[in-house]
Amino acid sequence: MISGAPGRRPATTGVGALAVASACLLVLTACGSGGSSSSSSGAGSGGVLTLNETDYYGSAPQNTQIQGVLDECATQVGGVKVVHHELPREQLMPKLLQQASSKSLPDLLLVDNPDLQQVASTGGLVSLSAAGLSTDGLFPSIVSAGAYQGQIYGIAPGVNGLALYYNKDLFAAAGLTPPTTWDELTADAQKLTAGGKQGIAFSAVGNEEGSFQFEPFFWTAGADLKTLNSPQAVQALTLWKTFVDKGWASKSVVNWTQADVDQQFAAGNVAMMVNGPWQLPGLNAKTGLHFGTVPIPVPSASAKPVTPLGGEVWAVGHSNAGREAKAVAVVKCLMSPDRASEWSKDAGYIPSNQAAAAQLGASDPQLQAFVTEIATAQARTAELGTAYPKVSTALSTAIQAALAGGTSPQDALNQAQSQAGS
Amino acid sequence: MTSKSAAFSVPAAAATAAGPGTDSGRALPDRDSHSHSDHGSGTGRSGQGGRGGRGSRGGRPRARRSTAWRVAGFVVPVWIYILCFYVYPLIANVRMGFQDYSVSSFYSGSAPYVGFANYRSVFHSPQFAGIVTNTLLFTLGSLVFQFGIGLALAVFFRRKFPLNGVLRSLLLVPWLLPLVVSGTVWRWMMYADSGVLNRMLLNLHVITHPVPWLVSTTWSLTAVTLVNVWVGIPFNMVILYGGLQGVPEQLYEAAAIDGANAWQRFRRITWPMLRPVTLVVLTLGLIYTVKVFDVIQIVTQGGPANSSQTLTTYAYNLSFQQLEFGKGAAVGNLLILVAIVFAALYLRSVREPEGRNR
Repeated sequence: MISGAPGRRPATTGVGALAVASACLLVLTACGSGGSSSSSSGAGSGGVLTLNETDYYGSAPQNTQIQGVLDECATQVGGVKVVHHELPREQLMPKLLQQASSKSLPDLLLVDNPDLQQVASTGGLVSLSAAGLSTDGLFPSIVSAGAYQGQIYGIAPGVNGLALYYNKDLFAAAGLTPPTTWDELTADAQKLTAGGKQGIAFSAVGNEEGSFQFEPFFWTAGADLKTLNSPQAVQALTLWKTFVDKGWASKSVVNWTQADVDQQFAAGNVAMMVNGPWQLPGLNAKTGLHFGTVPIPVPSASAKPVTPLGGEVWAVGHSNAGREAKAVAVVKCLMSPDRASEWSKDAGYIPSNQAAAAQLGASDPQLQAFVTEIATAQARTAELGTAYPKVSTALSTAIQAALAGGTSPQDALNQAQSQAGS
Repeated sequence: MTSKSAAFSVPAAAATAAGPGTDSGRALPDRDSHSHSDHGSGTGRSGQGGRGGRGSRGGRPRARRSTAWRVAGFVVPVWIYILCFYVYPLIANVRMGFQDYSVSSFYSGSAPYVGFANYRSVFHSPQFAGIVTNTLLFTLGSLVFQFGIGLALAVFFRRKFPLNGVLRSLLLVPWLLPLVVSGTVWRWMMYADSGVLNRMLLNLHVITHPVPWLVSTTWSLTAVTLVNVWVGIPFNMVILYGGLQGVPEQLYEAAAIDGANAWQRFRRITWPMLRPVTLVVLTLGLIYTVKVFDVIQIVTQGGPANSSQTLTTYAYNLSFQQLEFGKGAAVGNLLILVAIVFAALYLRSVREPEGRNR
């Protein structure tokens, strides 16, 4: 059992010492994280400043574009290098909050626009309006999404929204034209549900993504987020519930993310889907699929679609004056009209600059539906500010209760209202 | 005597999860004082070396002092580790439950104390009663089936037959697989339209319509419980099988001579002899099950519409989806309370049989 080698004893003493040493290390890293260790990764050699960037772009085309765009802007600004970090969507906010608590937010961060006000409320972001960034010519909704207490903290080169995708082959076979009203949408969904295919698909997953998909119907009906159980809201939820109850949409929509919905559409399993422009590059690359996009149908012919404004905004974390200045310069570069348009096009987004968006819409019929809608799109935080995440949770729960449980839309939304108000 | 050896093996296997702090903290000095017995551990061997006075430095008192240092070298890190990773977060979480801990608190580091407001708001929220019911049903359902099936398998594997060992090790696979993997696979299998589970049941004519495992509020809790039972069977089986090894064969032989049938042998011998192990398995299983997070988060995310939400996933949801950290911490504290109560019961159930045997 005991080897008895002469060198044994010093070796074990070494183990003890190692244990003590590693414990000290543990203490330093674990308990000592309260202090500020932010600027340790500061200026590198040769006067090149390394800026950290964090985003949640986990799939093509956005994540393949981002490093290139950042490199270009780093070169243009000069003297900086931007290192790109990617986190899963659901881990971004917890991570940012953790970084905020240790005063080490990334120099550049790209957050979902409804989350911006939360991050800004920590006080860890640099005011971009104070830093002299102009928002002239941008869609007012994206400017309001990036504002917190009268200051601009976040700004987006490109935005997105939702529209109705339809499969041209299936529509032609059924002799239908794309729907514009809810009545037509319902009738088409019914007619197109045949032979193992379903009429329509959307994401009703139990988080912000589900709320985002429902909001076009919710807002277009005339409901607002302060009163979740209004008759208009019930009307919108009843529409979705009818699709699922009648089997025109799969029961699985409560589990489908927008990416899952896109896969169903790309595979030809569904004739219509609600989705965003970021799916266009992938769908266009698929051979044998013919599709078009139209604005989200409205309850009556005179109504205008009101869709939620989607997309991520750039923000700059507090560090020191030198780093902040460089980071703001990078954001300015990202926001320059040419670069913003180019990036938007590659990533499947709509430029946030109104003139650039109009130009793009005119040249690309697939994007026209999105461009039309973004003019009237609404920022999700416009009504509620930092209270939005809570209301969104209540809303997505109500959607699921109505679609997956036996709950009536009215009861589900009543409960959501009391949950949001608690 | 026999029951003692069975009960002894269980805490050793379980110590890592149930009470890592106290157990391992105590184990080190104990083991060193018995260093003549060859535990084979680093401490044991170093003790030998020290007493033997091998090497040039070997004075007796000095060796003892350096042993003390070495002991401290192993114990102190453990305590530091416990303080940093168990005590501090625990206290922080309890404190956070009494604070209005908002997003800005992360940056400013200060949050106003609000007394029991978080608890009140959690208790009064419309979904709370449902979530507690879910937690109870999930825990009870998991325990009953994990234990029942685990026991049946343990009794089955007591018999000698070819490939017994191979089959027994294969049954451990659910335990060894990362939960993310098994959870994801189960989710795929449970898809209503394309899932293999429904396809199989349909082909076997067990059901006539696909079961909406994950997409209906009436089935989702059953679905996550099913997955958790599957995950938990090996643990129950292994420990109960270990307990069965301690039941002497003579008892069965004597019973057989007296004309006891299989059921009577189980009822009158196996079951009472297993009682101490059963207690331990059930209390540990309860602590494990109440805190299950990954299975539910991966399979249903607590949905649809909170129908498979338990206290653990609710705490996560409150903290990281709704960013209401005070309320999330309050729910977490409730779980800590439950765990403490049952951990105390567990410690008692471990001590008692040993004491009785002495």
